[in-house]
Amino acid sequence: MSDVRDVTQHISQRFNAELRHLHNQVLGMGGLVEEQLANAITALTEGDEQLAKKVYNNDYTINALEVSIDEECTQVIVRRQPAASDLRLIMAVIKTINDLERIGDEAENIARMSIKITGLTQKHYVSFIHLSERVREVLHGALDAFARSDTDEAVDVIRSTFKIDDEYESLARQLMTYMMEDQRMIPVILNLLGSARALERIAAHTRNVCENIIYFAKGTDVRHISLEQLEEQTREH
Amino acid sequence: MSQNNTLTRGVDIASIGRGEPSLDLENENICVEVKDLNLYYGGGDKHALKGINMRIPEKRVTAYIGPSGCGKSTLLRCFNRMNDLVDGVKINGEILLDGEDIHAPSLNVADLRRRVGMVFQKPNPFPKSIYENVAYGLRLQGINDRRVLDEVVETSLKGAALWDEVKDRLHDNALGMSGGQQQRLVIARAIAIEPEILLLDEPASALDPISTLKIEELIHELKDDYTIVIVTHNMQQAARVSDYTAFMYLGELIEFGDTSTIFTNPREKQTEDYITGRYG
Repeated sequence: MSDVRDVTQHISQRFNAELRHLHNQVLGMGGLVEEQLANAITALTEGDEQLAKKVYNNDYTINALEVSIDEECTQVIVRRQPAASDLRLIMAVIKTINDLERIGDEAENIARMSIKITGLTQKHYVSFIHLSERVREVLHGALDAFARSDTDEAVDVIRSTFKIDDEYESLARQLMTYMMEDQRMIPVILNLLGSARALERIAAHTRNVCENIIYFAKGTDVRHISLEQLEEQTREH
Repeated sequence: MSQNNTLTRGVDIASIGRGEPSLDLENENICVEVKDLNLYYGGGDKHALKGINMRIPEKRVTAYIGPSGCGKSTLLRCFNRMNDLVDGVKINGEILLDGEDIHAPSLNVADLRRRVGMVFQKPNPFPKSIYENVAYGLRLQGINDRRVLDEVVETSLKGAALWDEVKDRLHDNALGMSGGQQQRLVIARAIAIEPEILLLDEPASALDPISTLKIEELIHELKDDYTIVIVTHNMQQAARVSDYTAFMYLGELIEFGDTSTIFTNPREKQTEDYITGRYG
């Protein structure tokens, strides 16, 4: 099994430095995305418009990081022609930063919708807050797993993201009930539903990040398979 | 139907997502089988090949990679008994070519070397004309019929992707050609006598990038007719030209498998360390 911490063992010190820098850049980008998501959720649940604006004004930093890390990967490929785990690391990085950028976009969507959400009471938020906590946990877990090439944690996170899908479905049903109860609330609750949908998308992107970690560490492509098959394949190797 | 073509822009949907089928040694015809092969230099002092077991598939390109001194060229030279020419070499174990032991007393070594052609790192054309270089092997076999020779020279030079460049100066001295052309001439000379196997010992390491690509293209075309075994220090070259790759280290065969797996997800840590340039 490959561990990203082994990138320091190349004969070429410069190659070591390039891969280490790339890995740190992804973790840095991940940290920024986590912060954006946390702020977007706070902006929504506390009605903090200033914070919401800060989130969508900051999105460009994440986009710029995606572009610069992509460029760095291209440079490593052209200079080093990486093979085996080095190649898989580069592939995993290219895909992961794409998912992180999309997570950043979803956080921005939540922030934009939060401004339009007014006049709700605590009961409307309870399930949303719970869902948002789960989503923040899985994102955090995925980035930890990326930092340590921890496939066990990656599998745990993937398992949790499937539970988030179920939780989103039940939240959506609940919000529909509220809309039926009071039709004047429909525009506002639609924004809350949109934000919940953004959380569900974030969980899906987080699942992709975990699949990239498993591909890097074990060389196994675990996309588009069931949870049972995934558990079996990661045990085998 | 026309609507389908519009939707897919003329691409056949059934062909999408189907790359090269993955290779499996179990499904191959085996050309050479190596069994428990040990080789010693210096009358037994240096154990250069240690218990090698492997099967080389027919009409495929098999590449040997590994650091200098790992035994890959020594192993290559076993296949046409070139090591017989080195003093103090001791060999035990078996090498079967089409099931026949190449060390059997009844085997004619000259005949073996006709069946197993070899090309070296440095092009080594004879100081003769281009034509005579290619015709040399046939003349050795006593074939002097001009029509036969003309035909074989043309076919071999075409096979080595050299014909168009030299057809108007077949009787010029071969030493006047460029290094890349000389190397393709040597390959033409080797295939003129219709061997079963071509052994290539770093065939492109003395060539410029364009000549190297021509040799690589040639290898790809030649595998339709010949079993090719290549030793190379250039790992990207092994990844590009070979179907199977063997990694050797300190006289041992560490890992042997289909090239795409070796270069994306090798099984052994030693292989991984070597191909990614880590400290072994």
